Amino acid sequence: MNSSRLFSGSFSLRELHPATIVTVVFLIAYPSFASNFFILQIGAYSLILGTIALSLMMLAGYGGMVSLAQLTVAGLAAYLMAILGDNSMGVMGLGWPWWLTVIVSVLGAALFSTFIGAVSVRTEGIYTIMITLAVAVAFFYFVRQNYVLFNGFTGFAGVEPPTLFGVYWRDPVPFYYLTLTVAAGFFFAVYYCARSTFGLGLQAIRDNPRRMRALGFNITLHRIVAYFFAGVIAGFAGVLLVWFNGRVSPGTIGVDVAIDILVIAVVGGMRHPIGPFIGAIAFVLLENFAIDLIDRERFNMVIGTAFLLVVLFSPDGLLGLWNRFRDRFRFRGNALLGAERVNKDDPASTGSLEKS
Amino acid sequence: MPGTDALSRLQNTGQYALELEAVSRHFGALVALADVNMSVKAGERRAVLGSNGAGKTTLFNAITGDFPTTTGRVRLFGEDVTDLPTQERIRRGLRRTYQISLLFNGLSVLDNTFLACRGVTRGRFSLRRPKRDDSSMELAQSLLEAVHLDDVKDKLVSELSYGQQRQLEIALALSGAPRLILFDEPAAGLSPTERTLLVNILQSLPTHIGFIIIEHDMDVALRVSDRVTMMHNGRIFKEGTPEEIENDDEVQELYLGHGGGHD
Repeated sequence: MNSSRLFSGSFSLRELHPATIVTVVFLIAYPSFASNFFILQIGAYSLILGTIALSLMMLAGYGGMVSLAQLTVAGLAAYLMAILGDNSMGVMGLGWPWWLTVIVSVLGAALFSTFIGAVSVRTEGIYTIMITLAVAVAFFYFVRQNYVLFNGFTGFAGVEPPTLFGVYWRDPVPFYYLTLTVAAGFFFAVYYCARSTFGLGLQAIRDNPRRMRALGFNITLHRIVAYFFAGVIAGFAGVLLVWFNGRVSPGTIGVDVAIDILVIAVVGGMRHPIGPFIGAIAFVLLENFAIDLIDRERFNMVIGTAFLLVVLFSPDGLLGLWNRFRDRFRFRGNALLGAERVNKDDPASTGSLEKS
Repeated sequence: MPGTDALSRLQNTGQYALELEAVSRHFGALVALADVNMSVKAGERRAVLGSNGAGKTTLFNAITGDFPTTTGRVRLFGEDVTDLPTQERIRRGLRRTYQISLLFNGLSVLDNTFLACRGVTRGRFSLRRPKRDDSSMELAQSLLEAVHLDDVKDKLVSELSYGQQRQLEIALALSGAPRLILFDEPAAGLSPTERTLLVNILQSLPTHIGFIIIEHDMDVALRVSDRVTMMHNGRIFKEGTPEEIENDDEVQELYLGHGGGHD
């Protein structure tokens, strides 16, 4: 029975879906047949964007809190890497050892996220979006105008991962595996914790905050802790982002990019932690290849149209489209059942996103 | 009819589960609760009656802290909780159900009950999945058996029937170690069979658990309660045993239909 696996937290190889095995094998073998461009610009970049979107999915999908500041959190980690570690701009660059820089950057990002949570969790819906958007815009203008710490408009360049075990981690193949490890680690963490007491509590607060209070939960604290964890995820993604680009500037954390993260999470689907990664792959492929079909300046129109189509035809994203397709295939002719079904084979699949 | 068991329960317990002292609640110019004084002994079963808008649910919200009181003090089990948030009152042994089911529709029946049990224990922030033999999980299982929901425990709440959702409401209120439960119209919308089931559940509660029940169905209300409080326009209008209330002329006049019996 399903529930035994659900609550024991253990699983055996035999229970793995064939598609899962295929995906894992594909992701591991990917660099062996892909070109450097596909390994880095498509593969690694999708995984980084997917990880940032995962931190949003966790807040929005499980917690019902749509934060537009997750990229800002990742951006702070990226900036801290340049400020505390090394950069080539002659501004700041304290030269801390790489491991200390990473730890402090991620913690700094997580604390920033906690702060954003603390000021926004008492609000609901559109107001949460407004407050987090305000934080994102404020931080964007702050770093653009602050030259002492953040080197203003130019930002920082020359931020590199360390050479460790004789491997230069910015090389395509090592960097791909680095991002894959981080992304997969957080994917499984979110997947597992969705069924933990904390995760169930977060989803219950999404469904009914008032009742959760009447069951003895401190819902404000619960939500703020969720922001902390989302900050850790976004922080690590920010570290990878600055290593990937080698640079970070106000443009990295602009509002347009913050909205891209939201688009990725929504297009991918917010009911399951795999959604953001699906969305990120779709987004990165479009971003790179839409110019073959259309002018570079028209790229946003393609993204916008794709976003509209997905939201119109599948409110729960590409993931929902797939689930619906599969359900219709399984219960042929029973479209009603298929449309509203939650994937019950999957413990991390959550129920409705709608607020009651 | 309260039996001898209920009477001895009243005599043996000196401590008050709930004391309200001049509690008022205003919504702008509307006075929903005016100067309410009320004491409920530990283990006592109290029915609160009154027409719509009499302030019954507001009274519950003031006790749980869902809405803060405008003036007055609330004491639970001898401790002043007026300034404590809802979850702290819950952790002291207070529980409530809601008139309209407030459940977690996206979670399974078992998970709903599990969260209710976990809410009053340690480990609310645990990042580990609960094991099958987790104490809260075992308690949740037994609660679901008690309210006859164990065969639907893996269903999503949104898939339950109305009556089953009401039963789940009660299971959530019984979680942990409740000392005083507030039932807000638990019988509303239930079939006669389900009503009988409800009365059985209420009557079979351990004697140390007291409750306050808001109920329009006199049959249910008078059968399960030791004392009755009548409310009218946000004030307490009358208090007494079920017999006294039933035979009171003013009450007959106001609520039980002019001169007629109940039902």
